[in-house]
Amino acid sequence: MDSIHKKTAIVGVAESDLGRVPHKSKYQLSAEASRAALDDAGLSIKDVDGLFTTIITEGGEMSSLVMAEYMGIRPRYTDSTSIGGSSFVAYVEHAAAAINAGMCEVALICHGSTNISDRGGRAGPVSTRSSVYGPMQFEEPYGTSTVSSYALAAQRHMHLYGTTSEQLAEIAVATRKWASMNPKALMRSPITIEDVLNSRMVSSPLHVLDCCLVTDAGGAVVLTSMERARDLKKRPVAVLGTGEAHTHRMISQMPDYTETAAKISGKLAFERAGVTHKDIDVAEIYDSFTITVLLTLESLGFCKKGEGGAFVSGQRTAPGGDFPMNTQGGALSYTHPGMFGIFTLIEGVRQLRGECGPRQVKDAELALCNGTGGVLSSTGTVILGRT
Amino acid sequence: MADTPHKPVPRPYQDTQAYWDAAREKRLILQRCRDCQKFQFFPRGVCSHCLGSALEWVDSPGRGVVHTFTIAHRAPHPGFANQVPFVIGIIELEEGVRMMTNIVGCDPNSVRIDMPVKVTFEEATPDITLPQFTPA
Ligand SMILES: [Zn+2]
Repeated sequence: MDSIHKKTAIVGVAESDLGRVPHKSKYQLSAEASRAALDDAGLSIKDVDGLFTTIITEGGEMSSLVMAEYMGIRPRYTDSTSIGGSSFVAYVEHAAAAINAGMCEVALICHGSTNISDRGGRAGPVSTRSSVYGPMQFEEPYGTSTVSSYALAAQRHMHLYGTTSEQLAEIAVATRKWASMNPKALMRSPITIEDVLNSRMVSSPLHVLDCCLVTDAGGAVVLTSMERARDLKKRPVAVLGTGEAHTHRMISQMPDYTETAAKISGKLAFERAGVTHKDIDVAEIYDSFTITVLLTLESLGFCKKGEGGAFVSGQRTAPGGDFPMNTQGGALSYTHPGMFGIFTLIEGVRQLRGECGPRQVKDAELALCNGTGGVLSSTGTVILGRT
Repeated sequence: MADTPHKPVPRPYQDTQAYWDAAREKRLILQRCRDCQKFQFFPRGVCSHCLGSALEWVDSPGRGVVHTFTIAHRAPHPGFANQVPFVIGIIELEEGVRMMTNIVGCDPNSVRIDMPVKVTFEEATPDITLPQFTPA
């Protein structure tokens, strides 16, 4: 019998200011999102005894120490696991384990980033360093970047399975339709498949509209035991199943360019939740790039390997389609601070609470959230349920 | 000219000094494990297949095929500004390991997956020479 799942709930979620927020630090964005998520739960920062956080580091910040100090707390459970944008989804598993083991009672997961303000714009250089220490010296001298890394996977998928740029564009177009119904989304004007194909090529076969936004943003999620959750402000959202996995750090070491660790983390999450793919009402899939979504859908088992292009065709993931996905507008159109995982959880919870207004998926009872981190390196999968 | 930033270059360390020393002599060398006989790339202090330490360096003829590639249209670092568009490839060597490279000496639009390639060498700085690949 599963000892941690179904006994933990998400009780609070919130974003900070989103978009371009040059007058606030990443720490402030993280802390303000935390305050709002705790308020959403009817809790205060004084209730938090478990802290789970990572921030994009310039040189080895000890994220949970930094954020606990910033917010004036002394947690008895601490976790700065740093596996990229999926970290926050993986934290749900860690927090559920800690809560059920009695190591903490109220777990705060938070993130803040000033990615756009720090870089001085979307096209700012990724790096200006002149020498590379460590294993990345076998990649950086060849001019690799995050987008090029994902492009290597896209090219291989196209070669093996005949996947097309039009099929990848379907994802960007559908996601923009969801964003048009979210006032907090940065990009809300409709786009067409032709717009994506005609947008500037960044790293073939990925165009600029295949790529996520770069924004400033913070987000936070609060968890506690199901027992305590029942006494809080809103109806709890149950953590039904979780999984995490990683397969490599550098893109040159990726074992299979057409499959992510979601094959492992997704299987674990489905098994632990005791549900099947057809039970999922809404999917929040980290969309750092359109190819990320396509590989993830296949790896999670929503379709067979190689069939992701056909799966997303015909605007299947758009409003009104039979696979509602990335309903807040995703990293492609809503916000993307460098690590997006926490926002998949926030939207999944809101959908299950029925708080999403015009973009609400009717009668949503089960949500799947999947984060991908690094360069298709790590994944966290969480299945959430309405209570 | 002196103000033009150069591309980022490797700073050799314990695991990689021999590799970069060989590259400067225009040799591609790979690590093979004496215990499990497998090759690995990138160089490490232990074998990533069996965690043993019995690693030996083997000269590679530097032949392989393009496993996947991308044409980068944006410079990720100021040192690449005058090189775009350029090709980043993952090469699968005959020894079975994969490595990142640029694919040079050809029209970027002519690069294909499974295309045979061979190693060539680019002097990035007086101290550092980068293995690169070109159509075979
Ligand atoms: Zn070995």
